Amino acid sequence: MPTTHATAESRAVPTKWLRWSLPLAIFLVVLGFLFVGLFRDPREVPSPLIGKPAPAFSLAQLHRPEQTLTTQDMRGQVWLLNVWASWCVSCKVEHPLLVDLAKANVVPVIGLAYKDKPEDGLAWLAANGDPYRLSIVDRDGRVGIDFGVYGVPETFVIDKSGVIRYKQIGPLTADALRQTILPLVRELQKS
Amino acid sequence: MNRHRRYVCDTTELHLRHRGLHLRLRWLSLLIAGLLGVAAFGAQGDPALDARLKTLENELRCLVCQNQTLAESNAPLAEDLRKEVRELAVAGKSDDDIRAYLVARYGDFVLYKPPVKATTYALWFGPFVLLAAGIAVWVTVLRRRARMPADDAPDDASTADDGAAASRPRALLGE
Repeated sequence: MPTTHATAESRAVPTKWLRWSLPLAIFLVVLGFLFVGLFRDPREVPSPLIGKPAPAFSLAQLHRPEQTLTTQDMRGQVWLLNVWASWCVSCKVEHPLLVDLAKANVVPVIGLAYKDKPEDGLAWLAANGDPYRLSIVDRDGRVGIDFGVYGVPETFVIDKSGVIRYKQIGPLTADALRQTILPLVRELQKS
Repeated sequence: MNRHRRYVCDTTELHLRHRGLHLRLRWLSLLIAGLLGVAAFGAQGDPALDARLKTLENELRCLVCQNQTLAESNAPLAEDLRKEVRELAVAGKSDDDIRAYLVARYGDFVLYKPPVKATTYALWFGPFVLLAAGIAVWVTVLRRRARMPADDAPDDASTADDGAAASRPRALLGE
């Protein structure tokens, strides 16, 4: 019998230590997950298109409907594609930033009027200022689907070879522009 | 100014509603005529296709209202995607083709049943690992309890598995 006694005794030491440290470890792991979760937006679904060539499109221009713009036309320069609509409330929030960006003349921004009537889009731009190098109209939202658009506004950074490098879901913010988008644009322009 | 605007809005809305009613009645009569026509000429629509699309749309997530399927959602994007899915199906694409089409644009998130791959191992196998761990703990506790000398085991079940607590009075008695 003394042998069983001894094993029970020696077993008790790690068990005692584990008894409080294991639940604590599990608690901390769960806490860590929840803490990170606090700062993540479930609406921001990572796009599978990043690092892939921008989908090919050929869309009529908003100001000159008889002319089109294709993905090919933008080859050789870094550009932003801003998906917006006159019916989109948060587009109004980001718009002043785009106007400022246009004034700074750092990078051409192409506006994609998503599921919008051309006359509404034109009126909206006339009222709020037109920051776009060119505007194109995606009347039925087909090109939007190709770009995986699900929450307007969205902004894509596209490099010289036509590859999507970044996607901002939701309105642009001054922070996002200064810390992420503009540094990326400058880096891409160098290459 | 605001009040004035709201007033204008209200009248336009009323006007539209009035027009809407007319239009709706017209559509309703058209719909009835259409249904009668379909009934008369036999199956105009394709019930097999409808059923297939229904199943498929129930497996796909609407990205606008993320907890709804494509079949349930009334979001304009869901409407567009349903249309797109139907067109692809009519064009002869298989369910897998259609799923791949959507995944290429919106990512795995559109699938309610995520694919098994390196990044989703934790999701797929995590619960089973936790279950196994739980069973392992349970078995160890049971085994240790069985190994304990019966005469030494205290009556209180909550301290029965507490080796340290059980050995303390034993040590005291031994001395």
